[in-house]
Amino acid sequence: MSKYFHSLVLDEEKCNGCTNCLRRCPIEAIRVKNKKAIIIKNRCIDCGECIRVCPYHAQKSITDDLNMLKNFEYNIAIPSMSLYGQFSIDTDMEKVFQAIKDLGFDYVFDEARAADIITEVLKDMVKDIKLPRPIISSLCPAIVRLIQVRFPSLIDNIARVESPMEISARVARKELMENYNLSFEKTGVFYLTPCPAKVTSIRRPIGIKESHLNGAISIDSLYGNIVTNAKKAKVTKAFTRGSTEGIGWARVGGQSYAIGVENYIAVDGIENVINVLEEIELGKLSNLNFFEGLACTGGCVGGPLNVENPFIAKSRIRKLSKNKTKSKDITKEYVKGLYEQGFIGWTEKIYTKDIMILDKNMQRAMEKIERIKYIAKMLPGLDCGSCGSPTCTSLAEDIVRGYGKIDDCVLRMRENLNKDN
Amino acid sequence: MDDKSGVINLEYEVIRYDFSKAGQASSEIKKVLKQLGINSNIVRKVAIATYEAEMNIAIHSLGGRIIVTITESNINISALDYGPGIENIKLAMEEGFSTAPNNIRELGFGAGMGLPNMKRCSDVFEICSKKNKGTKVDMKISLN
Repeated sequence: MSKYFHSLVLDEEKCNGCTNCLRRCPIEAIRVKNKKAIIIKNRCIDCGECIRVCPYHAQKSITDDLNMLKNFEYNIAIPSMSLYGQFSIDTDMEKVFQAIKDLGFDYVFDEARAADIITEVLKDMVKDIKLPRPIISSLCPAIVRLIQVRFPSLIDNIARVESPMEISARVARKELMENYNLSFEKTGVFYLTPCPAKVTSIRRPIGIKESHLNGAISIDSLYGNIVTNAKKAKVTKAFTRGSTEGIGWARVGGQSYAIGVENYIAVDGIENVINVLEEIELGKLSNLNFFEGLACTGGCVGGPLNVENPFIAKSRIRKLSKNKTKSKDITKEYVKGLYEQGFIGWTEKIYTKDIMILDKNMQRAMEKIERIKYIAKMLPGLDCGSCGSPTCTSLAEDIVRGYGKIDDCVLRMRENLNKDN
Repeated sequence: MDDKSGVINLEYEVIRYDFSKAGQASSEIKKVLKQLGINSNIVRKVAIATYEAEMNIAIHSLGGRIIVTITESNINISALDYGPGIENIKLAMEEGFSTAPNNIRELGFGAGMGLPNMKRCSDVFEICSKKNKGTKVDMKISLN
């Protein structure tokens, strides 16, 4: 496998070199060269902003498809809890779960159940005064990666627990292996994903050595089939599903609500999250107990691989989480047992990713900074993006890094032409 | 350091009550330090010290400047302002002591943590002030 894997890729044929994604990327990881967008691999955090904004649908996410199921004897589907927001409020979700099973799966595990499990763990964490404040939720993999590249001093604030997706995979596979006496290799576990960053987390996990998932299939690619199947679905055996609080994790603020923490801030939209993380880094929120930051508008319901409008989906999740239900089988002892088996906590260190560094030799880096300042003064400062870099300053940086040249600036070139005439 | 190429100088003007611009020095310095590959915990200390200095100037003085000098061994931050000066420096250094007026506190600033935070973040901290003249704070953060 290559050093970097990203779920986000560009369909070169569809890309016409417009600069929509260029300016939207929150970490300036996109350049346009020769009329095609290029994603700088060691910078990309898979947030999916470029997918959302691309008018030509050229930015896309690599996901798996149902053909993968043939590789295994038994297959498990883990629908994202955001799936609850993809159907009208009076939909019988039992039929939806059956419809997913009828796609060719043997077992469907509700991700909301894993959210219930993590809720119990986080309830203890927010009471643990030894942990640095605020505790930052690790639910959103794009935000964890964002902290790695832009806020490394906050790495120790991240709650060292796995995502509901990963815990679902572990619990579901264990249940299936025990019930049917199956070996690990014979079971395939697939996530029905709203999110490209989750796909990346399966191939290149953070915090753990290896993911227990075998693949991820995008919700939008299965949605039509699920709707069709649901109409004729016959539920033979009721599904064990998560509590309404677990389902609530699909919208921003849902985690904080489930944990019952009073002193929290919940933020959605990656730019907004960046702004609040800046404040946290300045030490202005050291009295805050819990920070929930989610890259997508509305939370996971706003994932770019979902179908429904994020605000409509969010409203449905809110309505669903109103009638409080509890997962009876998820007790404190059960969760403690899972924790001790290593099903929940992170085992690996999270490393800083120095994407900004200009040169390992500080002397040379200083010289480069001076050159960037010098070049930036020659540029018009309009941040038009025509050169293929997102801003004039980033063009100056690219030139110094050796990835661009001053003539890439269209405005400068025009001025020079006028002079010649 | 004699070698001029081994030094980066950054200078920012801070305008009285301009809260939309205060914080700019801090975030720009943060970016430069990241480009130099400085350890993230040191970057954070510099960012906090600079931010608090900017805020102090914006809130308490008539305006001033932040001057940052980066060498291979340390970072020096000087915050200079013109204004009323600090009457009792010892008192001003106490956590929670604040002379910020109510309208500033209502904005969420002026909690009396500025100077103590600046001192906590720096390895060397010096402050001098003259009544009705202004204040000068010098902070040194070591890179080693």
